[in-house]
Amino acid sequence: MHPVLKTVLGRLGLGLATLFIVSIIIFSAIEMLPGDFGQAILGQAATEETVAAFRRELGLDEPPYIRYLQWVGGAIQGDLGTSFSGRNASGTDRSREVIDLIAPRLWNTLFLASVTAIIAVPVSLFLGITSALYRNSVYDRTINTTTLTTISFPEFFVAYILILLLASLYPIFPSLANVDASTPLNERLYRSALPAFTLTLVIVAHMMRMTRAAIINLLASPYIQMARLSGASQTEVILKHALPNAWAPIATVIAFNLAYLVVGVVVVEVVFVYPGVGQLMVDAVTSRDIPVVQGCALIFAVTYILLNLIADIIGIITNPRLLHPK
Amino acid sequence: MSKLEYRAIQELKYKSGQIDRRTFVRSLLATGVALPSALSMAGQVAAATPKSGGRFRMGLGHGSTTDTLDSATSENHFTLVNGYTFGNHLTEVSNTGELIPELAESFESDDAQKWVFNLRQGVEFHNGKTMTSEDVVASYNHHMGEDSTSAAKGLLTQVKSLKADGKNKVIFELENPNADFPFIVSDYHISIRPAGDMASGVGTGGYILQSFEPGVKSVLKKNPNYWKEGAAHFDEVELLSIIDPTARQNALTSGDIDAMDRVDLKTVNLFKRNKDIYIWDATGTAHYTFPMRLSVAPFDNYDLRMALKWSIKRQELVDKILLGYGAIGNDHPISTANRYHNSDLPQREFDADKAAYHYKKSGHSGKIPLSAADAAFAGAVDAAQLMAASAAEAGMEIEVIREPKDGYWSNVWNNDAKGWCACYWGGRPTEDWMFSAAYTDDTEWNDTAWKTTDSAVKFNKLVKEARAELNDNKRRELYYECQRLIYDDGGTICPIFNSYVSANSKAIATDENIAANWDSDGAKCVERWWFA
Repeated sequence: MHPVLKTVLGRLGLGLATLFIVSIIIFSAIEMLPGDFGQAILGQAATEETVAAFRRELGLDEPPYIRYLQWVGGAIQGDLGTSFSGRNASGTDRSREVIDLIAPRLWNTLFLASVTAIIAVPVSLFLGITSALYRNSVYDRTINTTTLTTISFPEFFVAYILILLLASLYPIFPSLANVDASTPLNERLYRSALPAFTLTLVIVAHMMRMTRAAIINLLASPYIQMARLSGASQTEVILKHALPNAWAPIATVIAFNLAYLVVGVVVVEVVFVYPGVGQLMVDAVTSRDIPVVQGCALIFAVTYILLNLIADIIGIITNPRLLHPK
Repeated sequence: MSKLEYRAIQELKYKSGQIDRRTFVRSLLATGVALPSALSMAGQVAAATPKSGGRFRMGLGHGSTTDTLDSATSENHFTLVNGYTFGNHLTEVSNTGELIPELAESFESDDAQKWVFNLRQGVEFHNGKTMTSEDVVASYNHHMGEDSTSAAKGLLTQVKSLKADGKNKVIFELENPNADFPFIVSDYHISIRPAGDMASGVGTGGYILQSFEPGVKSVLKKNPNYWKEGAAHFDEVELLSIIDPTARQNALTSGDIDAMDRVDLKTVNLFKRNKDIYIWDATGTAHYTFPMRLSVAPFDNYDLRMALKWSIKRQELVDKILLGYGAIGNDHPISTANRYHNSDLPQREFDADKAAYHYKKSGHSGKIPLSAADAAFAGAVDAAQLMAASAAEAGMEIEVIREPKDGYWSNVWNNDAKGWCACYWGGRPTEDWMFSAAYTDDTEWNDTAWKTTDSAVKFNKLVKEARAELNDNKRRELYYECQRLIYDDGGTICPIFNSYVSANSKAIATDENIAANWDSDGAKCVERWWFA
């Protein structure tokens, strides 16, 4: 079997095992949350009777292991269950499938993540490579200081500054990014501009500095010295000799940041009122809408595992020693 | 005819378009008004005349992905405002706080126990069906019965039976007399929907629902067949859930929305400087309380309760917790916005001597634990700290316990595990409703467990008596006494009534009266406001 295929299959197997463990952790963590859906949704208005009616209706009165098996059994068959909200004993059932609830939000999140990635990844690679090229120059220092500054501020602060500058003082972009399924692409891009810029500012530093460090690290190796001695220019040395060997760590960092863009941007979503999946999950946790929380957590876990898998594959493909083992 | 009467008549004529601006200004001049003020009065009258049209976009500080269109589980302010756009109720609380008929044309009762509601005829649901008594009965049954998960279930346990009498009449038979029953039916949970369809958002309201994305937004358009005169002026409406207060204020500043609720009090003074918006506030029945449970020591001790009641600097709480947007309370839950507010009770102030006297008499020593979390209300923990500081001046030691926000209402509030905690009440439009929500011995939300003292027993008797009483003066006397009993012996400390603080773009015009029973003009702003 081809070594790449073998590794991929191995990683996939490990990924599944991880998912299984994650599912247990998710379930028990949710089990430990105080309060339940009935109490959360009725708030102060919760009486023992109405809460009990909710529990009966939702099957929360069954023991935990049965509920866990039901959930995992469903998830394996691609059924994430039905949201707790909107179920109704005395009228028609208007509750929504978890998958229907998550899908449009996930699509929004992926859209924002892609737009951000399309801007941020090339920019950080470019900045990383050039700052390695002109190491310790004024250029290098300026880039480093700027990106470190933007990563040091909390996201909401960067977001507010951008809103102040680009939405309030100079109204170029809207401060609300409330897109929906019917928003046309150009309008969607326009509305998502500020959240995408914010996220770009937040993640560029990490990727850019990793690129720079990986390349500089290699510049000290004997084969680079050899290339230099054979008369290659600095640009040639970096692009042709150093970069190919630096892809593995860079890919890992990019994967890490892309995963972050999918699972960790709830603060930016709240500030810009962007209907993403993070907000959905926070809402679901607050109201103890457990099927939705579990669905989101599972999707987040899958995102991490898949992106890391891709990073591994890139690492293998770009490394001849791993690609052609003896 | 006096000058003022003449002016009022001319104003009505001008509003209704019978005379033009020039004639109106001339008639003002004739009554001795100087020209500049005559012109500005004409402008005001013109602005106060509702105009149709426009797309109204509102940012609301609530909204969650678990929201539904079923009014039975309507719980946050987004669902309230949204529910009132497309639904009506049997009665409504007007913007001056009066109870007026809505889908009921009139209602009557001889003994306060059997209530007859005559329905408005020819009202159509958005799906074209004409509303009849059958729909009203179905809408009420939705909230009653064993399996109902409605938050209005407790409110309607007093209904023994309800039946339709012909197409346009509904008769309620109550377990016990209740003179305030017409107020109960105005509750936002009990929206009238077509029979068999309680949750799809079809109602009789001024706007027809176009799309609803829970926790994100609701889009509506004007109902061309709306039965109510002089209401629902906008062509289109977009309600947005914008949880973050800064994002909401940014959106209003940059013109992405026209109105918002819940202004962040910490930045309100900066926000006021913006010339394109105006900030308004309404003090209603909403209040913050610190219920002490009489079922838990040491709060069963009258003198200890009294010592704590005297040890609070109420104005300081209004100034520091509400930043001035509120009023001080007098340890009972009835606000000045209620009909029978007892204004004879002396206002309780901070009094170190009285507090120390009662504290000594109580014989208590050691720390007094007070649980708080910002789930109770914004600033609850700070308020508790301030109370601890002022109590220390009177020689008492309050230990503030910071509780987790999650599950606060289930694990801390109304729970014998904690004797004293912070709490929030949205208030109720009537005395009886407020008392039977949290103070009578038969409600589950009796968070002070004030049930067995002599005063409590008397209180429960008086509340029942007042409920069956149709004579206004007698009711007033009874409710005055009820408030005095809570003020004196009750377990609650009610230091402040909070205002609703909102902001509108100057393009939005409202009636001069703004309702205070709920935030956002009684949560009916969408039907009541217009573009100037």
